[in-house]
Amino acid sequence: MYVAVKGGEAAISNAHGLMADERRGDRALPEIGVDQIAEQLGHAVDRVMTEGSLYDRELAALAIKQAQGDTVEAVFLLRAYRTTLPRLGASEPIDTAAMNVERRISATYKDLPGGQVLGPTYDYTHRLLDFDLLDTEREVPEPYESGEEQQPMARVADILGHEGLLEEAQHGEAGAPVADITREPMRFPAGRDARLQALARGDEGFLLALGYSTQRGYGGTHPFAGEVRMGTVAVEMVPEELGFAIEIGEIAVTECDMVNQFGGDAERPPQFTRGYGLSFGRAERKAMAMALVDRALRSQELGEEAVFPAQDQEFVLYHADNVEASGFVQHLKLPHYVDFQSELELVRRLRREHAQAREEAMHKEAAE
Amino acid sequence: MTSPRHKEAEQEERRHWMGVLARASVDALEEAWQGLETQPDHVWVRRPESGMTMVRGRANGNGVPFNLGEMTVTRCALRLEDGVMGVAYVQGRDHRHAELAALFDALLQRPAMRAALQRTVIAPLERRRREAGEAARRRTAATRVEFFTMATGRGAA
Repeated sequence: MYVAVKGGEAAISNAHGLMADERRGDRALPEIGVDQIAEQLGHAVDRVMTEGSLYDRELAALAIKQAQGDTVEAVFLLRAYRTTLPRLGASEPIDTAAMNVERRISATYKDLPGGQVLGPTYDYTHRLLDFDLLDTEREVPEPYESGEEQQPMARVADILGHEGLLEEAQHGEAGAPVADITREPMRFPAGRDARLQALARGDEGFLLALGYSTQRGYGGTHPFAGEVRMGTVAVEMVPEELGFAIEIGEIAVTECDMVNQFGGDAERPPQFTRGYGLSFGRAERKAMAMALVDRALRSQELGEEAVFPAQDQEFVLYHADNVEASGFVQHLKLPHYVDFQSELELVRRLRREHAQAREEAMHKEAAE
Repeated sequence: MTSPRHKEAEQEERRHWMGVLARASVDALEEAWQGLETQPDHVWVRRPESGMTMVRGRANGNGVPFNLGEMTVTRCALRLEDGVMGVAYVQGRDHRHAELAALFDALLQRPAMRAALQRTVIAPLERRRREAGEAARRRTAATRVEFFTMATGRGAA
């Protein structure tokens, strides 16, 4: 427990002034613009939008600027802003099969209808520092353009799932309410909808580590990246005034369909099972990690024994949110003076008793 | 008399232009608005208001729906002098974008103006959008991996 303290206003105000000064840095350098962050630090913006749970590039870029590039702090800022906006409704589910594809790869099938499309990727780069980037005056050549335009492509699972070798997506009841963990507290066991929402908002580092743990044997599911696709999709919603769906805009998303080793039971023959990842923007690592953890969290419904951390719903879903985690860890900085005083007294008493007991034991020994 | 079929076609047409208006840039809409002979007055039914829409996805792309996260959206509704109501829901926080989209939505509902506006505003906006994406789609297509089968040295059997 911590207690409220008074005073220190001047020191706090000066500390904030110092922080603003540090954020601005050397005045001889031009101040960074939010538009530059949105354009040139796009992956940071995507991460903040995904975990901040709000798709708005300008606001996410502003949060990154304000937080001096601290993404978890930026996520917190965006989440806080989110609470000031009214909710005007929910979209129709986005159709990722109709995606304006900018990247689509599959590690399970080489010859796919539509082919493997690399898009803008860090894969196949040597991860050597590019010192040319130190020069901000250099020209960046225009990318090569093909003679033909990229067309939308059907999802890999939809093309290849027909033999029954691949588990079909779970459909649920049409028109059933969709869980919203921002409105109602999570209940366990959590449905797939609540789990996917929590994972989508979840911290990338946490999910990456958990996904990695499943690969290393802590809940092994033998995954293959069935498909990773990235691109833009239209968002449609049904405004209350109209009663029919209209397009309101377009967002970039990354999707991962992870194919894993077998499920099946007395009725169903063995088949590949699937995990799913979806994030705002270009966030392949996040989408893949999410898909691994989603599959691990399905262990119970697939009749597997849940013994590893990644399979434990409460462990994963209660600890995936970095705003909550950061808040609880960082609250330790708040004054705990009263708490600590009582602990001090306790440890002093214990030491007194310990010393007394030892003395008595020595006397007893000497007497014998 | 309006048949249900006719109503459906009208709704589809409106659905289409509202989508085009929502995805147009505010600059392009402003230009189109200033290009009109007259800019009619309107009264607000609902002033522009920025909020959020919860974006939904589906597990594995086509399974059970779930809430992915929100996006900013701005809406408004207005009425022209003749009583026609225009509505807009557009991504982002730009009030002017919503206002212009609602104004055009109202004007496009006037049967006398529809064909002309479809031709002079909606079609060019749509074309502009398509063209803007063309280079990106060509660049994406250029990153498609071509697999080659190793030649065996023997001719086809």
